[in-house]
Amino acid sequence: MELWFTESHTPSVKFSIQVDRQLYCGQSEFQRIDVFDSKEFGRFLTLDGYMMLTEKDEFIYHEMIVHVPMAVHPSVKRVLIIGGGDGGAIRELTRYPTVEHIDLVEIDELVVEVCKKYLTQTACSFNDERVHLHFQDGLRYIRHCENDYDLIIVDSTDPFGPGEGLFTKEFYGNCYKALKEDGIMVNQHESAFYADDAIAMQRAHKRIVESFLISKVYQAHIPTYPSGHWLFGFASKKYHPIHDLKAVKWNALGLKTNYYNTRLHAGAFALPNYVEEMLRDAE
Amino acid sequence: MTKLSQDRMPILEALNQFKQMRVVPFDVPGHKRGKGNRELTDFLGERCMSVDVNSMKPLDNLCHPISVIKEAEELAAEAFGAKHAFFMVNGTTSAVQSMVLSACKEGDKIILPRNVHRSVINALILGGAIPVYVNPEINHELGISLGMTLTGVKKAIFENPDAKALLINNPTYYGICSNIKAITELAHEQGMLVLADEAHGTHFYFGENLPISGMAAGADMASVSMHKSGGSLTQSSFLLVGNEVNPGHVRQIINLTQTTSGSYLLLSSLDISRKNLAVNGKEIFQKVYQMAQYARDEINQIGDYYAYSRELINGDTIYDFDVTKLSINTLDVGLAGIEVYNILRDEYDIQVEFGDVGNILAYISVGDCQRNLERLVSALAEIRRRYKRDKAGMLQYEYINPEVVVAPREAFYAEKESLEIHKTVGRICSEFVMCYPPGIPILAPGERITREMLDSIEYVKEKGCSVTGPEDMDIKFLNVLKEGY
Repeated sequence: MELWFTESHTPSVKFSIQVDRQLYCGQSEFQRIDVFDSKEFGRFLTLDGYMMLTEKDEFIYHEMIVHVPMAVHPSVKRVLIIGGGDGGAIRELTRYPTVEHIDLVEIDELVVEVCKKYLTQTACSFNDERVHLHFQDGLRYIRHCENDYDLIIVDSTDPFGPGEGLFTKEFYGNCYKALKEDGIMVNQHESAFYADDAIAMQRAHKRIVESFLISKVYQAHIPTYPSGHWLFGFASKKYHPIHDLKAVKWNALGLKTNYYNTRLHAGAFALPNYVEEMLRDAE
Repeated sequence: MTKLSQDRMPILEALNQFKQMRVVPFDVPGHKRGKGNRELTDFLGERCMSVDVNSMKPLDNLCHPISVIKEAEELAAEAFGAKHAFFMVNGTTSAVQSMVLSACKEGDKIILPRNVHRSVINALILGGAIPVYVNPEINHELGISLGMTLTGVKKAIFENPDAKALLINNPTYYGICSNIKAITELAHEQGMLVLADEAHGTHFYFGENLPISGMAAGADMASVSMHKSGGSLTQSSFLLVGNEVNPGHVRQIINLTQTTSGSYLLLSSLDISRKNLAVNGKEIFQKVYQMAQYARDEINQIGDYYAYSRELINGDTIYDFDVTKLSINTLDVGLAGIEVYNILRDEYDIQVEFGDVGNILAYISVGDCQRNLERLVSALAEIRRRYKRDKAGMLQYEYINPEVVVAPREAFYAEKESLEIHKTVGRICSEFVMCYPPGIPILAPGERITREMLDSIEYVKEKGCSVTGPEDMDIKFLNVLKEGY
């Protein structure tokens, strides 16, 4: 018997993982949630059939979305995570003793429940007393925040479906308002390789540039996401992601990481020419 | 014949049967079920093209319905509590015009508020009826015109006992209702017909805790835009007829201007939507109300915006309010409604129904979802954060009571000349000037042009309204009646 999970990366490109067994299947108010076991990638979570994370490569995504801003901002105390119901970003953040308060705003409570039960590799820090969960629409939550956070992490799904509102100008503008004067926003920024993802990427970039003075894009290699080449956005009111990198200070923390290091930090902002060109077009 | 139940859809059923018959088409339309126009078929889909067909025996004929269209009309009449319902495929504009032309001949008077849609005054040009305007009251804080006062209507009826009909907006674009029941009784005492323009009131017939519908209030005819809150295709509409009107006469009037090739796409959309409203309308409009109320509460929390509702009700000029409407006053943000309307579209990819001098209207329907409401509310919050400014210099909307010097029809066809707009003060206009939407004329044919009217036109142009009506598309010139009038 062969059982395969297949996701269409474009109408004519498919990505498949052989599945050992399905552990969970459920439908929330917002989306279909599935958890599978596989030989190659370990457990993995999909939402509406789109790959969210696998045990094998999630470290890349979560280290890159958390440690890059944390190595730039000298004293992050209050953090807001929008999305991120798998708990991976929380896991990385709670390793910093200086972080005092983390609000996680996830629209779908069932995602958190399912991850707590089946994906303990990421959902392992929800019980940290600094973590506060809010199950509501991110756009609605952030509307009421002003000058409140040092760091906002937008760990969203793709811009079709429940995550759509998190790729809009009104959302990024509200993030700007919710950040303190030296605050940083990082976001899942889609990919530049396939045309549909590239359009979403350019739109997001345009909207962020309109809202933030400093707006840079960095990359990582994530094998299970379309094309394997994934981008993140770094937007800030004050800090430049490379000039203000505090490498010595970060290395002194002694955090053990599998992907991130401060040399890669600077390198991740060096983008391929075709990506730079797309970003320039969007600006 | 047994009475059909409201879950039947005679036109849809006939079209489905017709498809199964696989009739060979040697008739129009020439695209022959889409095969003759591949590009169009790829765009709209084969299912759509296969039912774009002509009137024929199994499908009845809109101009003279005897079978499935007749049945569908009877079901619609029952659903709306009317004596008869006509399926209209030339827009609610044609329903309004047929209503006015059925009630008034050339030279007959018709009592109406001046804040009517242009289609009403168009009907006066077509039929030669003479308007008697009842000034709508104004809410100065919001800058919108309201309903007709009962005393205003009484006075108009008393001064014009020979008027043949009275037309009433139920509700206005903004959701404001007059006391249609009392006004209808007054008009009926004088033997006048009551015509309800319900372009924005389809849901009154199906929802709970909404203002009274025209038919329930005893109106003689009502034009209902099914394609607005009713969910049918754009351009489809119902004309409802009450007890005192002869449907045969109305049919003849409709057939003067309505197409003889009624679109079955539009007709079936009316049939399906009527069934949906009759069966599910109560829940649908409860949900719409809840969404509108949620958005209203959130918007009112932002500050400076005012999303108004039933608290405005004053027993007369705001006799009732349509709570499914999301009308938002923007003046305290320091922005004209039209400016917010443009920013929403240009910067936030959000299209609302219209913006005027002081308000925007976001149209909420069964097709909306919570997520999109969050976007609208958040975008409004952002616009306030980024653009808020002092409201000094904002023009207060003033209703300008027009002086009707010449009947609209006479003015429209009279000898005229084109003048630079600033040289027209004191002259009689022969064309319309309006912002579209909402399409309520600032100036209509036959009205004297005043300085304040021109200031108002200049202001709305400057703020970015789409000003339409005149022959000169740039509105630098206006057609006026030649001197001597």
